[in-house]
Amino acid sequence: MQFALLIYESPEAFATRKNDGADAYTGAWRAYYRAQVEAGVYVAGDPLEVAETGTTVRIREGKRGVQDGPYADTKEQLGGFIILELPSLDAALQWAARCPAASYGAVEVRPLAPETKDRIVR
Amino acid sequence: MNGGALEDAHREVERVARESYGRLVAYLSAHTHDLAGAEDALSEALLKALTAWPRDGVPQNPEAWLLTTARHSLIDFFRHERVVSAGEPDLVLLSQKSEEAALETNFPDERLKLLFVCAHPAIDPAMHTPLMLQTVLGLDAVRIAGAFLISPKTMGQRLVRAKTKIRDGGIRFEIPEQRDLPQRLDGVLDAIYAAFGIGWDDMAGGDRLGRELAEEAIWLARVLLQLMPNEAEVRGLLALMLHCEARRAARRGSDGRYVPLSEQDPKLWSPSLIEEAERHLAEASKIGRPGRFQLEAAIQSVHVERAHSGRIEWTAIARFYEQLNRISPTIGRRTGYAAALGEVNRAQDGLSVLDAIDQDSVSAYQPYWAVRAHLLQALGNRSEARHAYDRAIGLAEDSAIREFLLQKRG
Repeated sequence: MQFALLIYESPEAFATRKNDGADAYTGAWRAYYRAQVEAGVYVAGDPLEVAETGTTVRIREGKRGVQDGPYADTKEQLGGFIILELPSLDAALQWAARCPAASYGAVEVRPLAPETKDRIVR
Repeated sequence: MNGGALEDAHREVERVARESYGRLVAYLSAHTHDLAGAEDALSEALLKALTAWPRDGVPQNPEAWLLTTARHSLIDFFRHERVVSAGEPDLVLLSQKSEEAALETNFPDERLKLLFVCAHPAIDPAMHTPLMLQTVLGLDAVRIAGAFLISPKTMGQRLVRAKTKIRDGGIRFEIPEQRDLPQRLDGVLDAIYAAFGIGWDDMAGGDRLGRELAEEAIWLARVLLQLMPNEAEVRGLLALMLHCEARRAARRGSDGRYVPLSEQDPKLWSPSLIEEAERHLAEASKIGRPGRFQLEAAIQSVHVERAHSGRIEWTAIARFYEQLNRISPTIGRRTGYAAALGEVNRAQDGLSVLDAIDQDSVSAYQPYWAVRAHLLQALGNRSEARHAYDRAIGLAEDSAIREFLLQKRG
């Protein structure tokens, strides 16, 4: 089954991303990505731009509303996601613990909902 | 009642809960086989103690008070359930005993039976350690779940399932017969060591939790030793854990950086823990039945020698690993053997040991990749070494180890 690892990072962690690719931040993430690919569990994933670049849209009673910034106003913001193919939640939690962000942010593990998707795309 | 006395009473409840939890659960469940029922009854008794002791004063024998109170709730429970046939003998037994309970100050220690029940072959091996932590030490499911990286809800369900199996599955509360003892004892030792291993690995951020779990494991081994003083491997296990524990403070630099064993400052090792470990190891070897935990402890003992000699006798370590792998080759021990070979200029042989391990079983085993990287680097195979380092870094949970490996990778 497939799980999403939702990666939450603080603004300070976001700031360390702006570097040259030979640094510890990038090295740790690159190694984490490669370990997943070589263990045969990686499906997809992407980092997101910083939360301030988000723009939130709502339509209420026919009225459009657009707001600068992310939907939820919390200190740690969604910074990216990874989809993994794994046999169990236990295995997904193991991979979440290895995520570099687990040491400085938080990683939420959520199963994908393939039945719902089937009904939608049918 | 003043605040001081209230605090004293609370502290006393905590102390008895800490020290007597396992003894009380073991005794309360020995006849009923109902661990969950015994735990519920004991929590109820502890809750009552929190009100009664500050009011009436701490009883002279707090353990006996808890036992009597818990037993009363068990009897109430049985009455309430109107237990028929199967339950009746238990009910009779409980009521009879409850009459003497007030006088009883020295109830038998049934913890050994409980340890064997927790590590029974009919129970899922992955649940042996969580069961021990909960029933013998009284740790709650949320904490155990955190240590095992399992969702708290799932851990709770698995514990309930395991206890139901113990109650209904005919698992006997007894010390195994001599014929089965070595194998059954192995299960108990493995479960205790697993608790220690988790406490040991869990260093990143969860430093405190990790240390506590390692301490709990040492406590369990001490309980076991008290109950089985003549088993060499029990002493071996205790010696092994004490040796590791002795070096805890040396594992991190003042800046939080990871310090590998061979570079640790021996002045930061605990002399008293080392001395105790060595004593247990010496006692164990007198018994004359070597085993895997004694060998593992002996390896730690060689490392500690460096404090006096200034050098690590890697040849001795490699020899101990070789013996270990003859007795019981696990992925961890084979990896350890490969690392030791690398230290005696046999990196190529070390690599062959690693190559012989089934690749599927190591796809997520971090130490394998760290050792592989180290050996490849020693052999000058830079590109393959970097590849192995990436695997090791990607599988590391501890940010300090991640940093350490990133630097070595270059």
